[in-house]
Amino acid sequence: MLRWALLKILQTAVVLLIVSAVSFSVLKLAPGDPVELMLGDEYSKESHRSLMVQLGLDRPLPEQYVDWLARFVQGDWGKSFVSRTPIFQYAFVEALPVTLILAAAALLLAIVVGVPLGVLSAVRKDTGWDAAAAAFSLTGSAFPSFYLGILLIWIFGVALGLFPTMGFVPPWQDFWGGAWHLAMPAVTLSTPFMALIVRITRANLVEVLEQPYIAAARARGEPAWRVIWVHGMRNVLMPLATIIGLQLGTLLHGAVLTETVFSLPGVGRMITDAVLNREYVVVQAGVMMTGCLVIITNLVVDLSYPVLDPRLRPR
Amino acid sequence: MVARDLSAADQGATRRAPALRLAPVRAIVDQVRARPFFGIAALIALAFLLAAAFAPWVAPYEPTFQDAIHLMAPPSAAHWCGTDSFGQDLLSRVIYGARYAFLIGFCSVMIGAVGGLAIGLAAGLLQGPVEWGLMRFVDAILALPSLIMAITFISILGQGIDKVIYAVGFAMIGPFARTVRADVLQVRAQAFVEAAGLMGVDRLRIIWRHILPNVIFPLAVQATVRISEAILVSSGLSFLGLGVVPPTPDWGLMISEGRAFISFVPWISGVPGAALALLLIALSIVGDGIREQFDPKMRSNR
Repeated sequence: MLRWALLKILQTAVVLLIVSAVSFSVLKLAPGDPVELMLGDEYSKESHRSLMVQLGLDRPLPEQYVDWLARFVQGDWGKSFVSRTPIFQYAFVEALPVTLILAAAALLLAIVVGVPLGVLSAVRKDTGWDAAAAAFSLTGSAFPSFYLGILLIWIFGVALGLFPTMGFVPPWQDFWGGAWHLAMPAVTLSTPFMALIVRITRANLVEVLEQPYIAAARARGEPAWRVIWVHGMRNVLMPLATIIGLQLGTLLHGAVLTETVFSLPGVGRMITDAVLNREYVVVQAGVMMTGCLVIITNLVVDLSYPVLDPRLRPR
Repeated sequence: MVARDLSAADQGATRRAPALRLAPVRAIVDQVRARPFFGIAALIALAFLLAAAFAPWVAPYEPTFQDAIHLMAPPSAAHWCGTDSFGQDLLSRVIYGARYAFLIGFCSVMIGAVGGLAIGLAAGLLQGPVEWGLMRFVDAILALPSLIMAITFISILGQGIDKVIYAVGFAMIGPFARTVRADVLQVRAQAFVEAAGLMGVDRLRIIWRHILPNVIFPLAVQATVRISEAILVSSGLSFLGLGVVPPTPDWGLMISEGRAFISFVPWISGVPGAALALLLIALSIVGDGIREQFDPKMRSNR
């Protein structure tokens, strides 16, 4: 068990290294000379040269990579060429919490609504409920999220005036204000995810409910809610956890668009703006952060399998 | 390890290729008969495809023609879907936009499928450290959400239609590679491949005659299903202002242009958005139908 876990962690470390190499090469492959960007239009050959040495850009690439990685791990992510502020502060301390809160709110919403809807759909299989849930699930997963966001802004923000159409209020400062600002973005981001959860819950629960042990539980006279929520759902947890874990990337993908639609200062907006301003150091930091986040979540999901399902415990 | 192997085996099992070569045509006919929604969705997708192909004949105006008297005009007899802030006819732009959506969708899926086939075959056939290394590389690609991956490529390549195709295509290599590898592993474990090996058939010939045909078919199904994903990612890129450049009539770009006017001219975003949503929903129903048809496990669920 320990050996298996260690192997998994080692494997993850290798993947992290590859991601770091990829994000490092973003900066190296990016068009334009960073030194020229920093110096502006007028500079002498000497100042160009000395800045290159100062930044370590004259050294061989592998050496630059190791140096960069060491500084990255320590939280020294360099300074923005344009605004000259530390990127760590900007990306990790300011932008990341916004994205994480948005993602967490969306995830919570998706689970709270999606799981019961999936259960309803499985229990009332082949009825109007089931068809309605299937229609929702299909539309929700195919609908472009940024368009959904715009529709919500139009209906609930502009026409009805119920929710603010843009901006972010930190919920740790003003919880209700924060929740109010986050409501529409969270609904936008959670819809495709909710649709997926409905689909997965229904498909797995339908299969589980046909198992003999469920019939046995019913025969023992256990109440229906116990048969479904205790006996049935236990075996649905596992695929659900897999999907939730593996789809975190999709959630971040949606967050990029949602943040732009609702003007939230998160990681997605940061990366988009950085590409538009040609600030490759910031792009690199964003890529690195998202990559690490997804990889570490995947590791947690993998390590949680044996906890969730005793049959998968390696001997 | 156990968990990943299990899920890989599971994926492999759900994507077994049927032996029949003529299956696609009959499958579509069966699908239409079995579920009417599939037929409607297929018709909608076909209508979009035809509109894209014959855009110059179908569209009432040139996509970049600016009607200076009718700026932000509501839908009328002259402009069925209204005009945008430059006086460009929205219906014509949506019709031409379908061209870009399909072009980007098809081409980038091709890049993703070919790249994924190469990496997936290599990873499935080779063993030891090379396979391990390749799979970690695929893991690393998959760790980045496709949109962020595409944005990263755009930041290196620059903007434009061809760049969007490359960026979205490269971003799709990872998922294709993983499923191809799972299929290869599954086919390789079957008796006829083992028998061919024991009979002394050349290794390359085994790959060409026995493994490749069994991998290509599920790959083609996958590619069809993923076209909608490519369209979604590329329109997202354009929506962010990172994809194609104005005045290209791209749906994502049009939605983004209308965003500023949403409070008083909702149709500028609304019309292209509705087109995108309709096409994506239709493609997803068609994709589900195709996948179910070729997927024995999913069919038995119904």
